[in-house]
Formats: sequence, structure tokens, C-alpha cells
Amino acid sequence: MNAHLPILIIVIPLVAGMLAPLLAFFSAPMARGVVLASALAVFAGSVAALLRVLEMGHPWSYYLAGWPPPWGIEYVIDPLSGVMVTLVSFFAVLALDFAGPYLAGRSAREKGAFYALFMLTAGGLLGMCATGDLFNLFVFLEICSLAAYALIAAGGRRSVVAALRYLIIGSVAACMYLLGIGYVYVMTGSLNMGDLTILLPPLLDSPAGILAVVLIATGLAIKTALFPLHGWLPDTYSYTPAPVLAFIAAITTKVSAYALYRIFYFVAETAGPVSATLEVLGWLAAAGILFGSLMAIAQRDFWRMLAYSSVGQVAYIVLGLAIGNSLALIGAVLHIISHAVVKGLLFFIAGSVKWQTGIRTIPEFIGMARHMPLTMGAFLVAAMSMIGLPPAIGFFSKWYLVLGAVEAGRWVFVAVLIISSLLTAVYFFRVIEFAYLKGKRPEDVPEAAVLPPKTGPELPARMLVPILVLSVGAVVLGILNEPLIQNVIQYALPWRLP
Amino acid sequence: MAEGVIAYYLTGYGNWWLIGILLLIGLWGIVAQHNLLKKVMALNVMQVAVILYYLNAAQKSGTTLGVLRAGEKVGDVAAYVNPLPHALMLTAIVVALAITGVALALLLKVYRAYGTLEEPEVFRRMQQQ
Amino acid sequence: MNELVLSNVPLWAVLVSLVAAGLILLLDKQPNIREAVTMVAAVIKFTLVLSMLPTVLAGGVVEATPLYIAKDIALQFRVDAFGLLFALLASGLWIVTSVYSIGYMRSLNYGHETGYFASFAVCLSAAMGIAMSGNLLTFFIFYEILTIATYPLVIHRRNSEAVIGGREYMVYLLVAGQVLLIAVAWAHYLAPGVGFTPGGFLADTGASLLALQILFVLFIIGVGVKAAIIPLHGWLPTAMVAPTPVSALLHAVAVVKAGAFAVVRVTGFVFGPELMAELQVGTILAWFAAVTIIFASLRALSEDHLKRRLAYSTVSQLSYVVLGAALATPAAILGAMFHIVAHAFMKITLFFCAGAIYATSHKEYISQLDGLGRKMPFTFGAFTVASLAITGMPLMIGFISKWNLGVGAVEAGQPVFIAVLVGSAILNTAYFFPIVYRAYFGKPQEEAAHAGQQAAHDHHGHYADHGEARPAMLYPLLITATMAFLLGILPNLGLHFWDLANMAVDEVVKGGLWLAGRG
Repeated sequence: MNAHLPILIIVIPLVAGMLAPLLAFFSAPMARGVVLASALAVFAGSVAALLRVLEMGHPWSYYLAGWPPPWGIEYVIDPLSGVMVTLVSFFAVLALDFAGPYLAGRSAREKGAFYALFMLTAGGLLGMCATGDLFNLFVFLEICSLAAYALIAAGGRRSVVAALRYLIIGSVAACMYLLGIGYVYVMTGSLNMGDLTILLPPLLDSPAGILAVVLIATGLAIKTALFPLHGWLPDTYSYTPAPVLAFIAAITTKVSAYALYRIFYFVAETAGPVSATLEVLGWLAAAGILFGSLMAIAQRDFWRMLAYSSVGQVAYIVLGLAIGNSLALIGAVLHIISHAVVKGLLFFIAGSVKWQTGIRTIPEFIGMARHMPLTMGAFLVAAMSMIGLPPAIGFFSKWYLVLGAVEAGRWVFVAVLIISSLLTAVYFFRVIEFAYLKGKRPEDVPEAAVLPPKTGPELPARMLVPILVLSVGAVVLGILNEPLIQNVIQYALPWRLP
Repeated sequence: MAEGVIAYYLTGYGNWWLIGILLLIGLWGIVAQHNLLKKVMALNVMQVAVILYYLNAAQKSGTTLGVLRAGEKVGDVAAYVNPLPHALMLTAIVVALAITGVALALLLKVYRAYGTLEEPEVFRRMQQQ
Repeated sequence: MNELVLSNVPLWAVLVSLVAAGLILLLDKQPNIREAVTMVAAVIKFTLVLSMLPTVLAGGVVEATPLYIAKDIALQFRVDAFGLLFALLASGLWIVTSVYSIGYMRSLNYGHETGYFASFAVCLSAAMGIAMSGNLLTFFIFYEILTIATYPLVIHRRNSEAVIGGREYMVYLLVAGQVLLIAVAWAHYLAPGVGFTPGGFLADTGASLLALQILFVLFIIGVGVKAAIIPLHGWLPTAMVAPTPVSALLHAVAVVKAGAFAVVRVTGFVFGPELMAELQVGTILAWFAAVTIIFASLRALSEDHLKRRLAYSTVSQLSYVVLGAALATPAAILGAMFHIVAHAFMKITLFFCAGAIYATSHKEYISQLDGLGRKMPFTFGAFTVASLAITGMPLMIGFISKWNLGVGAVEAGQPVFIAVLVGSAILNTAYFFPIVYRAYFGKPQEEAAHAGQQAAHDHHGHYADHGEARPAMLYPLLITATMAFLLGILPNLGLHFWDLANMAVDEVVKGGLWLAGRG
């Protein structure tokens, strides 16, 4: 059992997902129990796998059906993918828990469909993280994307259009990625990441190599929503149901960024076309950080503001990859964790505010602090982390990025990171001002629009728990970032640093 | 003249160019077409181009398919086309099919919700609500 | 030579008020217990800080390294003489301010005091952290926490004026914080993981002079906003919309003092006097300080709003500290350090008086104060003492720091700054004594008309007839005024501020020697 852990953490959610509709047909609570139990099992398994890898001191390879590479598919758990699967499965548990009240009152068939799609998304993402094969990565990318398209479409009339647009753009991205690894395959005759670390680097500096790198980078950049390829993101994030969105926003873009990191730094090496591509990605990321923050300031809709903020924040990760020294890479990996925690938290908050009060636009937040005190308290923590104020984790990921940029002498990137913090502060303080304003309201808002103080519990416990867990986590992870880096992230750096 | 073109197509890079053109047609369709259904069709064209790319890469002249009939023994490996891209593309075709299925389902929902598949018109009607 | 004592007392001193803040939030519904928590925490904190005094006076350094906060950087508390000076000051004045706050808030009924007392406690934690931090990142973390924790205090009144003031406050301080972040990251890159070192640590890093000059500018912009050096002072008068105890905290104890403290830390413990002389940045900074001193005093003259006049006075006084740090001679640094103490006692007294006047009579403009000195003799007595001290009258606390600054200016070979000090003293007299004069000798405005007008504003009616401020406000301001007087005669009284400042100066001046002794 234990020896098969790397494949179990992928198979369990896929099987549970496929069983869910069937189980829901008999009993919805049973389906829910099975799905939640399997998510918990996957989380436990991920943690166990991560701990075991850290103990072993070398990556844990698993050959599917016993076929060794390059014939069979290999799954690799190393500290980096271990962190990623832990993050994905943790958020799967939280989002499933949060989804409870959302699903109450839906028919058993709808519940079954939701659980099935959700677990397929989770399974696909876990597969993307754990696989050691480029083509397998494509397959899992499509599994998670397909399920995600369907989940997004469940948010009503507008979300259907958003989902269709995302589907078309996402499929183009997947096509480009597939064509890119096609070139890699033609050049080297292998798609196994371990093989390619030896085979690929000498061949990269050729027309085919350049095409491969550019195509892979473009495909994954679309999936990461890197400016200017972010077009699908704001619409998608604005109309998706909250539990799904918290999961998707927290995880999917980050997993694509992880794939970029894995391929460029672990499989290929940062020289020739890869470093040139990373340079371009770095400047795009810098532009994206500023663009995302500025667009977020311009939004009235809370959800859309968070969506544009995602465009900016995800670019931090790419910026870290582009700077490319060990401090910046630590920053990038830490930011994957930090932004997942905080953006997940923010969308949980946005979802529960909408669920409780029906409010989406920022000017309607007047009095929210007294109406939902704990939720808005968590929002303060999230805002601190997003702005990058200590001791929240967002500060520390930014600290390493800034430090890396200073070390590399990239002063423009330092300036971008700093300016972005300030712009982020602008749009978060706007929400805080509205939420904590009391008594005085702007002239154009009627008295009735001010929310009354809280009476009774502000949220069902199952929605409140994920919010509190994440907000406490954002601070605890911030204070304990050094042990995290020393014991885990340090080993998630590529073995050939430039 | 015509023979030269055919010979180039068969022995030179002709088919690679065609695949490239096919890919770009697909991409152009996705970017330039206003009709969502046409976009999905263009997406399919693009996927087919990528599939053809792999199959083309697997091809070697003077070889046969890597299928063993009963009683045959494995001969020289060089006598067979590379079976791996074919296997990969089987998966890719299934994926493309699934995407098309989901896309069609979504198209249906869009049409039911807005009564049109022209993207600008859909956006216009979204604004009105 | 220097004894290194490893102890977690500094950590506890920081955590006490954080825990208190949590308790205060939980005790939302029981105001009496809630305020008891504040008082108990204040006393415990002061006791903890005080317990480190003998060690430090004996030449020791208390150090605590509870955990590593970032790769290669520890969360390090290092209490040296200068840090303890500020820590003692802040924790001691917190007790006084808490008593005063309780009286003030109960007089005015703003509501939602829970958040107020909680933020206050967090501010104090941050101030302790700033005072005792041993390296730049630890310092920066507490510096930013202080910024955030003060924001709810500034917008406490929740009206649009407060919100706009809060916005301006946040813009200035967040920008400064981010600039400081670059500086801290850069300094860490130049000298990885080095903590504050008396005499500076950036000299042998091999960075070019130009780079170090830019770094110095970044540091000064970063900390200069809190220290309100012109042209970075704009937030301070705007932040006067906060309730008066907050202004007292902002101006005497925590925020601006943290800025002034940071200027001295940067000049004395990051760059060091020698490197500053080499970079030729000290004189420029000194001129900025001089302009600030004079300009802010002139600006104060034309303010009718009492708290805003005090705010400009603060801007002016803080630059005394900056001036001393910039001149960087022993006497000048001594003056700067002691002025942190001196100004704290003087300005907190003045703000307490302003708050007492407002809470008792609802008057906040100087032109309304005619004759009030006869109704509130103790309050105005304290006000007079503090005003005299601030003008630098001998036998008062302000004289000691100014005298040393003057000596420092001569030492630095730039006696022109003495003229600045004298000019400032004259201006101080010019903007404080009219207040005192009006209060004692001014003719009260037509009481009847006034009362009638106030009766129209129904709830203001009961302010028309009033006497002295309530005891919870009166005693704190009498205590601080007395201290301002006594410390002028006996600067070492009780808490050894004078000795601490002298020891700190010795360390900075002897920087290299001191290190050698330790190693």
C-alpha cells in the first residue's frame, strides 16, 4: 500500500469522482462522505509522501504498472512536487468542506455531478504535479481543465459563456503545449523528464529547440494567465460558483506555473533559448504585475477585483522564475504557497459574503465589519498578506523576491514589486474603508444599504472553518517561513542552478 | 511542374508545411471568427494539425506498422514505424473528442440562454440583462 | 567588556501587549475588565523592561533569538543602552497614557473602544519590538506592524474627515515602508545577516560610495516619513483627526519617536559616524533637519487649531533628533538621544492638556481658550511647565538636549546650527506663550452667547459649565509635567535615562573598539 502512494494520491480522487454520481443516486450524504473521506485520504497520503521524500533525501520514482521509463509512465514525488500535491489536496479538502452549505437544497443528481467534476479536477491537478512524463502532464492538464470547464459553467447564464471562452483559449494553450513537447520528442526520442534532463540541454540551442521552448512557454503562460495572455481569467473568476472558484483560483494557475518551473529549470537548463524566453516572460510578468494591480483598482465588483489581483500576483511567481537565482526561486515557490493560501481565503470570503448577504460590489460593503466580524477580520489578514506587510506570509515571499532581484541587480523588478505592493494597498484599503466605515456613509448610498450589525452566527461553521484556518495559516506560515524553507523549499530548488 | 510539387510533398518538407498551414488556419479561425461554433470547429482543425504532426514525425519510408501477426517474430526494429506517437495520439484524439463534447454542450447552453452563437451579439445580450 | 545575557525577557516584553490585545478583543462586552487588562499589561510590560535595566547599566546587552524569521536572518532582540532607553520610555508612558485614555474615552463616548484599546496594545508591542530589535529585518517587521496598528486609531472617529486623514497617513507610511524595504534588502545583500552594530557595519562591504549614498537616501526616506522630516511631514498634521490620547501616543511615544529612533539607529548603528563623514551625507541631512525645525515652527505660529499647532511643533522638535544624528559628533548624538526622552515627556504633557481641554470644554481652537486657565488651573499649569521646557529654559528637561546639540554643532565645526536652535527657541516661545497668556489673562468670550449657541447643539450643552478635567485625565498629565521638570534638574532620576544615553553614545563613538572587546 505504502509503496504505491505516488499513484494512489492520483487514482483515489479520480475513482472517487467517477463513483460519486453513482453513490449520489442512492444517497447524497454517502456520496459526500466518500468524496470527503477520499480527499482527506489523499491529503494524508500527500503529507506522508512529502515527509517520506524529505526523509529519503532523493526523489521517489514510481513506475506505473512496473514499466520502467522511457517505455512506461513515471511518477516522481520530490520535495517540490510533494509540496504541490500537499497544497492541492489541502485545498480540495477545504473547498469540499466549504461547498457543503452551497450544495444544500440541490438535487442528488446535481450534487453527484459536482462531486464527480470536483474530484476529477483535483485528480488532474494532482497528476500534473506528480507526473514525470511530459505527455502525461498534457493528459492530466486536459483532465483537470475539462472538469473545470464544466464546473465553471455551473455558475449560471453568464458563467456558461465564460466557460466556453476559457475552454477555447485553454484548448489552444494545450495544443501549443502538445506541439511543443512534440518538438522535444522529435529531437530526443523521449518524453520522460528524467531522461530529458540529460538528453535535452545539448540539443536545445537549435531552431527546433527554440520552437519547443517558445510553444511550451506560451501554452503554459496562457494557463498561468500571464499578461497579456490572461484574457480568460477575469470573466471566468467573476462568474464561477465560490467553492469551485476558491479551489481553481488558489490552485490551477499555480500548478501551471509549477509546470513551467519544472520544465524550464529541472528538465531543460537555463541557457540559450530558455534563458531568453525567461527574460521575455520576466518583462511580461513585470508588466502583468502592474497591469493586474491597476485594473484591480478600477473594478467596482469585488470578485473581479480579486480576479485582476490574481493576474498581478501570479506574475510574481513568473517574475521569480525569470530572476532565477536561488533566493528568487525560493521566493517564487513560497509565493506559490502564499498566494494559494491567500487567494483561496479571499475567494472563500467573497463567496461567504455573497452567500450571506448577496453583496458583490465594493460600495455595498458598508457596515460589513459589524455584520460579519470574523470574516472581515480574516479579510484584514488576507489584505496584509497580499500587500506584503509583515508578519503575513505574503511579506516573506515578496522579501525573497526583492532580495533575489537586488542580488541579480534587477532594479526595475525591485521597483515593480514595490510599486505593486502600493497599488495592492490602494485596492484593498478601499474595501477596508467601506467595510469598517460606520455612521458616515457617502451621500449617494441610502441609509437602508448600510448592513445591520450581526445577529446570531455569521456563517455556517462549515464555511467559517476554512476561512479561519487559512487566515491563521497565512500568519503562522509567515512567522515560520524559515523552518519551511530550511526543511522543504530548499530541496525544491533545481539541482543545476546557474 | 506538378510532378515536382508532388515529389517535394512526398519526399521533402511539403507535408510539414501543410501541417503548419493547417495549424495556422485553426489559430486564425479561433481568433478571427465571431461565431462560437466556428471557433470550436477551428479548434478542432488546430488539434488535428498537432495530431498530424506527431504521426508525420513517426513516419519512416520503407517501413510497416508495428503490428505482429500470429506466429510472426520481431524482426529488425528499423522495419517498423515508431508506434509510440501513434499511441500518444490515440490519447490525444480521445482528449480532443472530450473537449469537443464539452464544448458542444456549452454551445447548446449558450444558445438556449442567449438565442445566438455570434459572440458580439452574446455579449450585447449579456450587457442588457 | 560587554556582558552578553541571553534571556527571553525582551520577547515577553513584546508579547505581553499582543496577548493583551487578544484578550481585549475577547472582552468586548465587559469594559471594566477590558481596561483592567490594558492596565495590567502596561504594568507587566514596564516591569519586564525595567528588569533589564541593571544588566544594561552594568554594561551588558540582553539578547534573545527566539526563531529564524527568514533565511539566514534571525528574529533577534538585542537590548543595548539606546534600545532600553526607548523601551523604558515607551512602556513607562504607556501606563500613563492608558490611564488617560480611559478617562478620555469615557468622557467622549466615541464607541467601539475595544478596537481602540486593542490597537493601542499592538502599537506598544510594535514600539517595544522597534526599540529592542537587533537587526534590520526584525526592526522593519515591527516598523510595519506599527504602521498598520496605528491606522485604526487614526480613523477611530469613523467620519469622512478621519477616513481621509487615515488615507493620507497610510499613503505616506506605506510608501515609506516600501522604500525602507528596498533599503533593508539591499543592506542585507551587502552585509548578510549582520545586526545593528555600534559604529555601523556597512563600511567594509566593498560597495561603491555612490551605491552607499543612494542606500543612505533610501534609508532616510524610509524612516524619515515617520520622523516627519520636511518634505515628508504632510501626514502628521492630518493625523490629528485621531482622538487625543492617540495623538499623544503618535507624537510622544510610538510612531514619530520610532522614526526619530530609527534615524539614530540608521546613522549610528548601520552607517556609523565615520562612514557618514566619508559619504558626506551628514551635512545635507543636517540642513534638511534645520529647515524642518525653522519651517515647522513658522507654520505652527499660524495654526489656530491647538492640536495642529502641537503637531507642527512636533515636526519641528523631532528634527532636533535628526539634526543630532546627522551631525554625528558625541555631544550631538547624546543630545539627539536625550531629546527623544525629553520631547516625549514635554509633548505628551502638552497633548494630554489639549485632550483634557477638549474633553472637558469641547474647545479645540486656541482663540476659544480665553480665560480657561482660571477654570482649569492644574491643566494649564502643566501646559505652562511643558511649554517652558520645550523652549529650552534652563533647569527644564528640554534644556539638556538643546545644550548638548549646541555643543555638538560646535564640535562638528558648524556653529551655524546653534543659530537654528536659538531661532527655534524664540519661535517656540512665540507660538506657546500666547496660548498661556490667553488662558490666564484673556477675557472669556460672552458666556451667555456661547452657552446659547452650544445649547442649540443640544448634546454640547453640558460642556458650557465645567471645572477642572476629570481625575483620570488630570493625574497623568500632572505626572508627566512633573517628570519634565524633575528630569531637567536630575536627568538620571529613577530610570537612568541620562546614563543610558551616555552609554549608547560611548558605544557608537567607540564602535570598532567595542566590537573588538566583544569578539
